Amino acid sequence: MQLWLIPILPLLGFLLNGIFGKRLAKPVINAIAVGSVVLSFLWVVKTLNALGAFSGGLEQTYKEHYYTWIQSGALNISVDFAIDRLTAVMLMVVTGVGSLIHIYATGYMAHEGGYYRFFAYLNLFMFFMLTLVLGANFLLLFVGWEGVGLCSYLLIGFYFLEKFATDAGNKAFIVNRVGDFGFALAIFLVGFHFNTLDFTTVMTTVKGMPIETSAGLFTGISLLLLVGATGKSAQIPRYVWRPDAMAGPTPVSALIHAATMVTAGVYMIARTSQIYLHSTWALDIVAIVGLTTAFVAATIGLAQNDIKKVFAYSTVSQLGYMFVGLGVGAFSAGIFHLMTHAFFKALLFLGAGSVIHACSGEQDMRHMGGLRKYTPITMVTLLCASLAIAGFPYLSGAASKDLILEAAYEHAPWMYWVGVFTAGMTAFYVFRAFFMTFFGEYKGKQHAQPAHHDPDTAHQDTHHHGEPHESPAVMWIPLAILALLSLGGGFINIPHFLEPIFPLQEGEPARWLEYVATAAGLGGIAIAYLFYVVAPGIPESLANTFRGLHTLIYNKYFVDEFYDSTLVEPVVGGSRQLLWRVTDVRLIDGIANGVGSTARGLGSILRGAQSGYIRSYAAWVIAGTVLAIAYIGFMGASR
Amino acid sequence: MPLGPLPAAVPPSWYLTLSAILFALGVLGFLLRRNIITVFMSIELMLNAVNLSFVTFSYVLKRSDGHIFSFFVMVVAAAEAAVGLAIILTVFKNRQTLEIDEVSSLKN
Amino acid sequence: MDALLFMIFAAIAVICGINLVVQTHPISSALSLVGVMGALAALYLLLGGEFIAAAQLVVYAGAIMVLFVFVIMLLNAGTEKKMTVRPLGKYLGAPFLLLFFGMIAYMIQTILPSSSPVVFGAFHGGSALEIGRSLFTVYLLPFEVTSVLILIAILGAIVLARKEVD
Repeated sequence: MQLWLIPILPLLGFLLNGIFGKRLAKPVINAIAVGSVVLSFLWVVKTLNALGAFSGGLEQTYKEHYYTWIQSGALNISVDFAIDRLTAVMLMVVTGVGSLIHIYATGYMAHEGGYYRFFAYLNLFMFFMLTLVLGANFLLLFVGWEGVGLCSYLLIGFYFLEKFATDAGNKAFIVNRVGDFGFALAIFLVGFHFNTLDFTTVMTTVKGMPIETSAGLFTGISLLLLVGATGKSAQIPRYVWRPDAMAGPTPVSALIHAATMVTAGVYMIARTSQIYLHSTWALDIVAIVGLTTAFVAATIGLAQNDIKKVFAYSTVSQLGYMFVGLGVGAFSAGIFHLMTHAFFKALLFLGAGSVIHACSGEQDMRHMGGLRKYTPITMVTLLCASLAIAGFPYLSGAASKDLILEAAYEHAPWMYWVGVFTAGMTAFYVFRAFFMTFFGEYKGKQHAQPAHHDPDTAHQDTHHHGEPHESPAVMWIPLAILALLSLGGGFINIPHFLEPIFPLQEGEPARWLEYVATAAGLGGIAIAYLFYVVAPGIPESLANTFRGLHTLIYNKYFVDEFYDSTLVEPVVGGSRQLLWRVTDVRLIDGIANGVGSTARGLGSILRGAQSGYIRSYAAWVIAGTVLAIAYIGFMGASR
Repeated sequence: MPLGPLPAAVPPSWYLTLSAILFALGVLGFLLRRNIITVFMSIELMLNAVNLSFVTFSYVLKRSDGHIFSFFVMVVAAAEAAVGLAIILTVFKNRQTLEIDEVSSLKN
Repeated sequence: MDALLFMIFAAIAVICGINLVVQTHPISSALSLVGVMGALAALYLLLGGEFIAAAQLVVYAGAIMVLFVFVIMLLNAGTEKKMTVRPLGKYLGAPFLLLFFGMIAYMIQTILPSSSPVVFGAFHGGSALEIGRSLFTVYLLPFEVTSVLILIAILGAIVLARKEVD
C-alpha cells in the first residue's frame, strides 16, 4: 500500500524547495509545495479507500514494516507505519486541512520575503506530523513529536529579524522541551516494562493486565505522557508559548497551532488510551487539567484586543475541551472535537489572516470595524466558523462539544456546568471578535501608511492599500471549503467510525443537557451582540467597574510574569553565574589554558637541556648510555 | 680475579678491564677538557680502547673477525679525524677560538 | 713473561691516558696519545694481532697523530686557560664514569670468568694472510665501501679547509 509515500511526498517538497527554492520562480515553488501536500492527501484517500475505510472496513490495524531501526537485547524497534481508524481520521484531517492551508498560504505570503523558506518549513512540518500520526511505535511518534516542535520553532521565528518573534520561537521550543522530557521518561518506562515500543503490542498487553496490580506503573506512565501532551497541546501549565506563537505568519497559526500540532497531544493520549484506562486517577487529572485550561483561557480571551491572540486563547480553551473529552473516557468524542475544531479553528485563523491582509497588517481589533462591506466573503465564512465554535445547533462544533459535555455530565456533573459556562464564554468572545471586526464603523487607517510595528503586530505586509479590500480567490476558496466543513462536519459520525477502537458508551444522555449547552452558546452570542453592536458603551463601563478583574484577565493573570520571576530569571541567572562564570570560564577554559601553560612550562624546563654546550650534550648521552647498558647488562646477566 | 703471586700469563678479562679503563679516561677527557682538539683526541682514545676490546675478543673466540672489525674502526677513525680536523679549522677561522664552550650557537 | 709484558704496557697506556686528560697544552696531550697507541700496539702483538699492531703504528700513530700535531701547530693552540669545568660535566660525568667502569668490570667478570690466559703466539688468526683472506672474501663489501668512505673524507676535508675563493 506504500504508506511511506504519505509523509515522503511533503519531505520531497521540503528538500526541493529548501535546496533549490532560492532560484525557483514563485509558481514553481507553489507547485512543489502545494502539490506535494495535495498529492499526499490524494494518496491518503486512495489508501483508505483501498483499505475499505470509507465502506466500513479497516477493523484491524494495517501495518507496514520498513526496516529494523534499533535492535538491542530484547528491545526491537522498527520503522513501521500503521493505519487504523484513529489514524485514518487524523490523516484525513492533517492532509486535508493542510492542503487547504497550503493553498491559502500561497496567496497570503505572496508579498513576504523568504517565500521558499516558508514553504520548505511548512512541508517539513507536514512530513513530521504525518510521521507522528502514522508511526506504529512510541519512538516514531516521538520522532514526529520532536520534529513538529522543531518546525514550530522555525516557523514561529520565521520573521527572524524581529526579536520578539525569535523570542517566541525560543519560548515555544523550550516549553515544549520540558514536556518532551516527560514524554521521553514515559517512553523509557514503557520500553523497560514491556520490552517493546510497538503500539499494538503494548496496548494488547495492557488490555490484558488487571487494573489493581499495575496501577502505579500506569499512573506514572500516563502522568509523564500527560506532561508531554500539556506542553505540545498548550494546556496548563505549559500553554504560555501558544499566545506568543502568534508572532509567526497566520497560515502557520492555522496549520500548526490550531489544526495539527497542538492536537498531537490529544492524539497521543487517545492512542495510549489503554494505559490511561488502567490507571486509577490519571484520567481524572487529564479532565481537570483540560477543564481548568478551558475555563482560564476563555476568561483571558474575553479581554484581548489582538484578533490573533483571541483565537490563540480560544485554541487553548478548545484543546482543554478535548482533554476533558479524553479525561472522562469519551475518547472518540475528543477526537471528534479535534476534527471539527480543525475545521473551524483553521477557518477562524485563515479568516483572521484575510482580515489582517485586508487591513494591511493591522491586527488590533479596536482599529477594525465595519469590514462587512469591504470583505463580504471573509465575513460569511467567519460567521460560519464562529457559529460552529459557539455551538450553534446542528453545526459541527455543537455536535462534538455536546458529546463531550454529555460525557462530562456522566462522569461528574460539576464538570458539565463548568463546561457549559465556558461554552458561553467561548461564544461571547468569538462573537465579540466578529462584531468588533465586521460591524460598526471602520476605525482603521484609511490611506497607505506603514503598519506600525508595536509588539502585537508582526505581520510584515509590505503592500498597502487605500481601503480594506477582499482577498484574492486563492485565499477565499479554501475559506469557503472550510466553512462548508464547519457547517456540515457534525454529520460525519466519527464516534461511530471509531467504535472498534473506542467502544461507545451505552445509553442516551438526557436531552436537557444538550439544550442547556446550546442555550449557553446562544446566550453568549446575544450578549456579544448587545455589547458590541447595540450598545458599544457597555464593555467600557463594565471594564471600569471591574477594573481589577479586567486588568487581571487582560494581562493573562500575569502568568508570564510569574514564570519569568520564578523559573526564567533563576535559570538564566544561575546559568550566567554558575555555569558561565564558574564552569565555562574557570573550569573549562582553565583546563584548556592550563594544558597549554603546562606544556609551555615543561617545554621551558626541557629547554635547559638545549644549552648549546657540546659537552653537556655529551654528558647526557653518556648518562643515557650508561643507563641503557646497565639495563641491558643486568637484565641479560640475571638470566 | 686471581691475585697473589704474578701468574705466568694474564687472563683475557684483564685486557678487557684495561680497555674499560682507557674508555673511561677517554670519556673523562671528553667531558672535562675545553680545547676542541683535546676533546677530539679523547675520542680517538675511546676508539683505541674499543679496538683493544675487539682484538681481545677475537683472541678469546679464536676468530679473526675481531681484527677485521678493528681494522675498519681504524679506517673510519682516520676518515673521521681528517674531516673533523677540517671542521675545527673552519670553526677556528670563523670564531678565532678553540674553546668548546664558545661554540654555543645552538643554545635554546 | 707475558704477564710482565702486559703489566708494563698496560701501565704505560694508563699513564699516558691520564696524562692526556690532565695536561693543559694540546701538544702534550697529543704526544701522550701517541704513547697510548704505541702501548696498545704492543698489546695487540701479545694478543696475536700482528697486522693490527702494524696498522696501528703506521696509520694511527704515524698518520693520524701527525695530522693532529700539524693542526695544533697550524692553529697555534696555546695553553688552555684555567680549567673551569661546567657543573653539569663535573657532577654528572665523574660519578657516571665510575659507575660505568664498575659496571663494565662486573660484567666482564661475570661473562668471562677466568678462562685460559693470553699467551703470546697462541692465536694464529691475526696474521696478514688470515686478515687478507677474510678481508677479500667475507668482508669484501665493507672493504670497498670504506674505500669510498675515505674518498668522501678526502673530499670533505679539502672542501672544508680550503680558503674561500673571492
